[in-house]
Amino acid sequence: MHAHRYVELIVGLFVLAGAVVLMVMALSWTNFGASRVDGYRVIAKFDNVGGLTAKAPVKMSGLTIGRVESISMDPDTFEAVVVMQIRNEYDNIPTDTFANIYTAGLLGSQYIELSPGGSFDSLTDGDQITMTQSAFILESVISRFLFDRAQD
Amino acid sequence: MTIDTNAQDTATQPIIALEGLTFARGEHLIFDQIDLVIPKGKVTAVMGPSGTGKTTLLRLIGGQLKPQSGDVLVAGERVNRLKRKALYQLRRRMGVLFQNGALFTDLTVGENVAFPLREHTQLSEQLIEYIVLFKLEAVGLRAAKDRYPASLSGGMARRAALARAIALDPEILLYDEPFTGQDPISMGVLLRLIKELNQALGLSSMVITHDVDEAFSICDHLVVLAEGKVLASGSPEQLQAQKKQDPALAQFLDGLATGPLSNEEQADSMAAALGFSEALR
Amino acid sequence: MNAASLYIRRIGRVVINAAVHAGAMTIFALRLIAVAWVPFTRPRDLAQQIYAAGVLSLVIILVAGGFVGLVLGLQGYTILSSFNATESLGVMVALSLVRELGPVVTALLFAGRAGSSITAEIALMKTTEQLSALEMMAVDPIRRVMAPRLLASIIAVPILAAMFSFVGILGGYFIGVVVLEVDAASYWGQIAQQMDAFDDVMAGMIKAVAFGAVIALIAVFEGHYAEPTAKGMAQATTQTVVISSLAVLALDFVLTAVMFGT
Repeated sequence: MHAHRYVELIVGLFVLAGAVVLMVMALSWTNFGASRVDGYRVIAKFDNVGGLTAKAPVKMSGLTIGRVESISMDPDTFEAVVVMQIRNEYDNIPTDTFANIYTAGLLGSQYIELSPGGSFDSLTDGDQITMTQSAFILESVISRFLFDRAQD
Repeated sequence: MTIDTNAQDTATQPIIALEGLTFARGEHLIFDQIDLVIPKGKVTAVMGPSGTGKTTLLRLIGGQLKPQSGDVLVAGERVNRLKRKALYQLRRRMGVLFQNGALFTDLTVGENVAFPLREHTQLSEQLIEYIVLFKLEAVGLRAAKDRYPASLSGGMARRAALARAIALDPEILLYDEPFTGQDPISMGVLLRLIKELNQALGLSSMVITHDVDEAFSICDHLVVLAEGKVLASGSPEQLQAQKKQDPALAQFLDGLATGPLSNEEQADSMAAALGFSEALR
Repeated sequence: MNAASLYIRRIGRVVINAAVHAGAMTIFALRLIAVAWVPFTRPRDLAQQIYAAGVLSLVIILVAGGFVGLVLGLQGYTILSSFNATESLGVMVALSLVRELGPVVTALLFAGRAGSSITAEIALMKTTEQLSALEMMAVDPIRRVMAPRLLASIIAVPILAAMFSFVGILGGYFIGVVVLEVDAASYWGQIAQQMDAFDDVMAGMIKAVAFGAVIALIAVFEGHYAEPTAKGMAQATTQTVVISSLAVLALDFVLTAVMFGT
């Protein structure tokens, strides 16, 4: 019956290893738990969010300081309303900060980059960033370029 | 067909009885309303030419197959009507020795014999160990306890399977062609075992075989099946007597090549098969 | 006229036979599924089956996963570099594996290795009347022999698929970052951003569970209904591999459409 012990041990290790691997892939390598960032909410409105999605990072000076929580549409102005969650420790972002939508790489996903302004007041929970720059839409640039060329 | 009551004493009740049993597989009619009786406490042989459905009979008795009509009675219970649980209860009272032993190949001989004990009893491991040793001793295989079935000879495998079949001390033992392919010595051992076990353990044994000499040597009661019906039933002496009047029985018992029993499927005559017209024959 | 009616009757018989066969298969499958959880009561048997199906497949799965990861990394890099988008290599490798290749390739390899093994075992047990012996000893072979193999497959395939994807992602990392000098932070960072624990990883696991069940059902069925000859058994094992592979691919399409479709 010693063979049984060996088999059971190996199977136990097998199942355990499987569980560990699964945990690592699901919890550590993904964006799991990212939405449970302790942070305060800030809103920004854009004409065009391009390919920005929820859970996209919010960066400043290249550091990820928060995440996009949700994107919706303002029913009156038809602007896109982006709700961001910014980590509590970054509590001195000036109120005249710019929010831009940049793309990581050419085919990469889009994220929000905050360029700090100079105001002495800081953003707090529920504030809105008013200075925004929409996403770079390749098609618009190309069509504008062609339009300009055509005019020559 | 009426039940042949010659072999039955009034004191012995049949342990197995088939009443008006009809069984067909597809279009092939195997049993045609047969009545059969296996007396209690004796060694009974069920014989017949190959293909008469002897193994089917075993499956009908064990409840693995259901007849189209008629009843199978085992120890008074109607097997073909039993629900799963009751059927399983009944099966514990039967031991079956399959044609090639049917030992579980990934268990040792000892574990094979212990299997029904572990399944159906709550006995301690120590007690099971003892019982296994006893059963193996009864069939003369105590030394093979820790060997695997693959390493056993055919005869030893059968005896090991026999030990397993008697593990739960059944009331009935069914043997499916136990004599096929045995050398004379193993044959002798097996014959003696069947007889002695039946006596010592007070069993009723049913041996399915087509080996006439072996059957005659140890059986108290014999049944001969042919072409879906009971050809003869009785003690060896009675069958010998009946043989003189029944050419079909004589053909089977004496091993004659020709006789009333057809041993091949007759289609057209040879002449017709060759393409000649009837007139030429 | 006679020949025509003969053909019609023959066709009728074939159709009826097929229907009866399909009915028998379904009843068999349902009975098997009904007792699928019973093996938990006999952990020793279950452990033995998980060992046979899962642990013994581990080596081939890990090796295959490694190679697939390497190939994905290489091909992915080649394709993405033409768009100058090699930072996305991580996402490409990870999502391909976790959503599709992990479960599917694992299932196909499993069908070949463990599926055929199960079929052969059961066909042999049937031929040597071991299944009959179990029945006559009042033990239900479906509960005792077949259900543990089904449950073991359901448990083993997701574990193997997870390991396949894991090793594959590491393989992609090796080729992409270590050899081809893609930025490591991008590799893992984009995976972290794009891969979702539930929608991607769990979805892949659900696929793997389904595949494991399908493969085991087919393997057990083919073994049970195999003809008791050498040819019959060989045919049964071949059919297990072929039919379960096709079933896995078909099921993959259905599940993908349901889980990832728009």
